[in-house]
Amino acid sequence: MAIVELKNVAKRYDSMPGKKGAEHANAVEDFNLTTKDGEFVVLVGPSGCGKSTTMRMIAGLEHNTAGEIRINGQDVSSVEPRDRDIAMVFQSYALYPHMSVYHNMAFALELKKTPKEEVKQRVQEAARILDIEHLLDRKPRALSGGQRQRVALGRALVRQPQVFLMDEPLSNLDARLRVGMRAEITRLHRRLGVTTFYVTHDQTEAMTMGQRIVVMRDGRIQQVDTPYNLYERPVNRFVAGFIGTPSMNFLQADHHGDGLGGQGFSCPLGPRLQAALGEGGQRSSCWLGIRPEHLHQVEESSGRGRLEGVIEVIEPLGPVTMVQVRVGDTLVTAQLAAHLDVEIGDTLGLAFDPDQVHLFDIESDQALGLEPDSAASSTQATA
Amino acid sequence: MSASPTDASPGKRAPTKRLMAPSVLFLLVWMIVPLAMTLYYSFQDYNLMMPDMRGFAGGLSYELLFTDPVFWDALLNTLLLVATCLLVTVVAGLALALLFNRTFVGRGIARTLAISPFFVMPVVTGLIWKYMLLDPVYGLFSWVMRSIGLEPVQWLSSYPLLSVVMMISWEWTPFALLILLTGLQSLPEDQLEAVRLDGANRWQEFRHIVLPHLGQVLYVVIMLESIFFLTSFAEIYATTSGGPGTATTNLPYYIYLSAFFQYDIGLSSAAAIGAVVLANIFAIFLIRFVAGNLNAGSQR
Repeated sequence: MAIVELKNVAKRYDSMPGKKGAEHANAVEDFNLTTKDGEFVVLVGPSGCGKSTTMRMIAGLEHNTAGEIRINGQDVSSVEPRDRDIAMVFQSYALYPHMSVYHNMAFALELKKTPKEEVKQRVQEAARILDIEHLLDRKPRALSGGQRQRVALGRALVRQPQVFLMDEPLSNLDARLRVGMRAEITRLHRRLGVTTFYVTHDQTEAMTMGQRIVVMRDGRIQQVDTPYNLYERPVNRFVAGFIGTPSMNFLQADHHGDGLGGQGFSCPLGPRLQAALGEGGQRSSCWLGIRPEHLHQVEESSGRGRLEGVIEVIEPLGPVTMVQVRVGDTLVTAQLAAHLDVEIGDTLGLAFDPDQVHLFDIESDQALGLEPDSAASSTQATA
Repeated sequence: MSASPTDASPGKRAPTKRLMAPSVLFLLVWMIVPLAMTLYYSFQDYNLMMPDMRGFAGGLSYELLFTDPVFWDALLNTLLLVATCLLVTVVAGLALALLFNRTFVGRGIARTLAISPFFVMPVVTGLIWKYMLLDPVYGLFSWVMRSIGLEPVQWLSSYPLLSVVMMISWEWTPFALLILLTGLQSLPEDQLEAVRLDGANRWQEFRHIVLPHLGQVLYVVIMLESIFFLTSFAEIYATTSGGPGTATTNLPYYIYLSAFFQYDIGLSSAAAIGAVVLANIFAIFLIRFVAGNLNAGSQR
């Protein structure tokens, strides 16, 4: 168990001629994070955002070009990967193909010259936890994807390391297996209490598994927060759009008199939004963010925001129905009741609670009117 | 492999045998006829100096062969040559492959240069070594020896078999290098990373991951090279002519000598049959391995 600290960590690739352009030269910039002991931290972001690079720097497979990485207070920048006492689960599993499952799991212990009896006992224990005892004599070749995944986890588990690193471990599994393993990894973490970094591009995985989530984009941290706070108080338009499915709707709104509005929608301004809009000088326009689940099909009601548009897509999902409505030149997604009496081409009016909308600066995309406590817990994104 | 002809329904089965017949026939003519003729000649009393005095000799040629000390020397030389050349080419090839698997400035050029000996014809290899490198007066090696104040070594007469081993290894190390390098490049990077995180040092990484990964490739290199080394001839012909004495006479050279110096077709045919037997001992392992691999591949 360990506390991992990353201070101003950066990774800069010397841009090679003929390789990727100069804009990719900085893979990670100014990364600051301190974990709690035994915390489950998820790094999430679109591909190429630097999340895997960050994890590989913690593992020591890549060298950070700036800043420092500390594990339990010790600067590990010059420590070899093998001496960092870190176990990693790879996306491809990276099992040793010529070794049996037992030897795959025992290998690290055997390298450390652990007594045979103890190796056996620890492998058996891990195999029991992961329910792969019956596979110990098999070669990885003879296993299914899900079983390989378990062996890869087992190989990390057996070592009882200070830190677990998991690099998109579930992305090669089919959807159903993924949901099952998701819960299993969470359960495993709760049981072992080892500090864990988990990289994924899937925001659902991030939200369901992470105690704290680091949202990254283009090598920079956007926000570090709990799943709940990320959903409720995203610090900018990127985080707001990235967290939550389907994504938040954004409408460009003009400020006129006592309300916000544009073609096909309007929103009254309460004191909260009024204050938010005034933040850092008066503005005449902003982004209005509304989550699909906050749009309702209700009759006229005062004090509510309204939007109206022509239905372009109807997607019944069973418990709910997703409807896409053309408002002005924006396609707005709404999550509505299962049984809808509408058809494509109909004009649909929807209402929303002004307390549930998010405002973002039109230029900088930064959130407006964030409560102080959430502003404090988010990091440089606002700096 | 889903649509192999044997999978088709019986009524529509492709005429497999008839289609394969020409190539099988060709192979038969190409291989079996010379082999049968060699076998036939080995039981004949047939000397090119007296071509008219031919007749059935029974096992006489074999008796002569097995009592000829030169034959046993040749057999020993052949095995020594194969074993040492294998050792040198595989070890050097592996070391070079590990080197060329890393990135460094000028790797492309260095790699091309390292592979180039393979494209030099064996006779030319022999001449290069004989005159440019090993020659006690003009050779590069003796120049080096003299410039550090040592007496030049008479390579071809003092260490004839070693000289031949050096030549053949020089020629064949690139082959081992090429195949082992492709093997190394097919090793997934993440396995190396995993083993590094598991606490392995460089040697353990090599011993437990790289070497097992190269296992099959190494086997192929060893088997193919053994077959080639068994038939080494041109390098010996161009440099030592099997000498001094019988120091570098290997089996192919012995066959050549008995056929074209003693004109004894019976004896040389008998020796050739011996070479075929030896080559087959090696080939059995190779074929068994390839077949095993094919089976393993189809099970996957």
